[in-house]
Amino acid sequence: MSSKRKVLLSPIFENNPIALQILGVCSALAVTTQLSVTLVMCVALTTVVAFSNFFISLIRHHMPSSIRIIVQMTIIASLVIAVDQTLQAFAYEISKSLSVFVGLIITNCIVMGRAEAFAMKNPPAISFLDGIGNGLGYSVVLITVASLRELFGSGSLLGYEILPLIENGGWYQANGLMLLSPSAFFIIGFLIWGLRSVKKNQVEAKEYRMAPNSSGEESVA
Amino acid sequence: MGLRRVLDDMEPHFAKGGKYQAFYALYEAVDTIFYSPSRVSRAEPHVRDGIDLKRVMITVWLAAWIPMFYGMYNLGFQANTAIAAMGLEGGGDWHEPIIALLAGHNPASLWDNLVYGAVYFIPIYAVVFVVGGFWEVLFAIKRGHEINEGFFVTSILFALIVPPDIPLWQAALGISFGIVIGKEVFGGTGKNFLNPALTGRAFLYFAYAPNMSGDAVWTAVDGFSGATALSQIASAGLPAIHLTSGSELTWIEAFLGQMQGSIGETSTLAILLGAVILLVTRIASWRIMLGVFLGMCAMATLLNQVGSDSNPAFATPWYWHFVLGGFAFGMVYMATDPVSASMTNTGKWIFGAMIGVMTVIIRVINPAYPEGIMLAILFANLFAPLIDYYVVKANIARRRARGVI
Repeated sequence: MSSKRKVLLSPIFENNPIALQILGVCSALAVTTQLSVTLVMCVALTTVVAFSNFFISLIRHHMPSSIRIIVQMTIIASLVIAVDQTLQAFAYEISKSLSVFVGLIITNCIVMGRAEAFAMKNPPAISFLDGIGNGLGYSVVLITVASLRELFGSGSLLGYEILPLIENGGWYQANGLMLLSPSAFFIIGFLIWGLRSVKKNQVEAKEYRMAPNSSGEESVA
Repeated sequence: MGLRRVLDDMEPHFAKGGKYQAFYALYEAVDTIFYSPSRVSRAEPHVRDGIDLKRVMITVWLAAWIPMFYGMYNLGFQANTAIAAMGLEGGGDWHEPIIALLAGHNPASLWDNLVYGAVYFIPIYAVVFVVGGFWEVLFAIKRGHEINEGFFVTSILFALIVPPDIPLWQAALGISFGIVIGKEVFGGTGKNFLNPALTGRAFLYFAYAPNMSGDAVWTAVDGFSGATALSQIASAGLPAIHLTSGSELTWIEAFLGQMQGSIGETSTLAILLGAVILLVTRIASWRIMLGVFLGMCAMATLLNQVGSDSNPAFATPWYWHFVLGGFAFGMVYMATDPVSASMTNTGKWIFGAMIGVMTVIIRVINPAYPEGIMLAILFANLFAPLIDYYVVKANIARRRARGVI
């Protein structure tokens, strides 16, 4: 049981797809200005990863290795189209603000990455859990980023005003940078910084040693 | 040598194993302010000059005082002129009672203007210094590096490039971003690839655009609104530029700095005096300054020749680009930052020219930004390592072709 638990929960903090593997950052920049849009995106991506893992794992023994990427892409693309059509049918406004980014789930590195790294080697049930787990890991980061960006960029959360804006007679001056994509870069950077100072084992080995400010002794040959 | 003994007596407490070892960086900072470090290199190559980073930075800091004092005077002059023209009692916020204690609002009085400017500038500088210093010391203690005087330079430059009307909390936020994101996360002074002061200003520019651009922020009087010369050029071209009082802005007025703008940027003359100090002491690179200047001249002249029917800013000649906006300040104090600029001599020319060219392109062609020097320098900062890399490669290839290697 514990291995199932691990597969489901470890991607949230231990092996987060965005914070540790640095995958799927593009959509994290693009769809995080409003929390409501982000939530829909998280559900869409989690669904796609879970089911693509499940179906790919189901037919993993029947796929010739030389064309496996094409087969995987076909499955993922079909799932994304299904999700996109569902959104357009039941949540048209939100699907408009997500625009191309639902379609771009096809190229989201997390989906392909989990298919290759996990679903091709494991049975369907556990692959499905792995998909859910990675979807959750993605969602945790996106929801954090979106909450910060919407709160400080527009003074609201899910459209409800939390910090009353000056324009509406309040005291909070909206931070315009938070509505631009680069702010998501900074916030993800801070999240990674925070996460790695708690979980030291995630710190990457340095490729080279940075010289300290040299002192007199060091410059003695 | 009483002070030396006091410092030496304190030293064991701050050294490794002492009571206050966490605060060694602070002790080291105080010690080296008063005395040159006693540790010297014994192996070759030997340092030939007594000037160390601390003295370099202090010289830049002092050179920035010239535009600072002029900036304070001009801030007051612009504000008092506006107050007189609008028939107001004063600037109209919490600064006013302090100014009223010390001076009046006569735009012809040097004292009145200087007091007005000081009451606006000193709080900004104090906030920038304290908040920025807090981050600098915090990282020095946590990361175990020295407290660096580069921060003196960053703080005064940052305070000089913000609009006079900036709210103090924004100044605090801007310098925090500049110091932490622009410098400390990469390892502190010497390892930052962006100019920290400009990084902080760029943050404010994008985060709080209404306080950092537009027509209302450049003169420190509530309710006052007047377009800067550059935004007049962007909308109507050179012949239309005028002072906020309505009279025509002459070139010599712009050169002396009798116009509104960011606190330290207005007077090209004061900035050039600072440049003389930096060039005589060989702290700033003349190659970079000249590169920026020539790049700007070349691009401005090219655009003059090309011309445009729809965009009047194309006709702005180089000598106007030189005196308006932050061009001179950026050229002298920002582009020459020894850390974030190119290191090689050829690279410095390319780096400088890139800034000059980009500044004119942004000013003239981009309709959203009347001023471009800040973004141009940050842009060139990103390219500095790449420029150096190719300069070194080209040098190696040339020597190899000559058969030297």
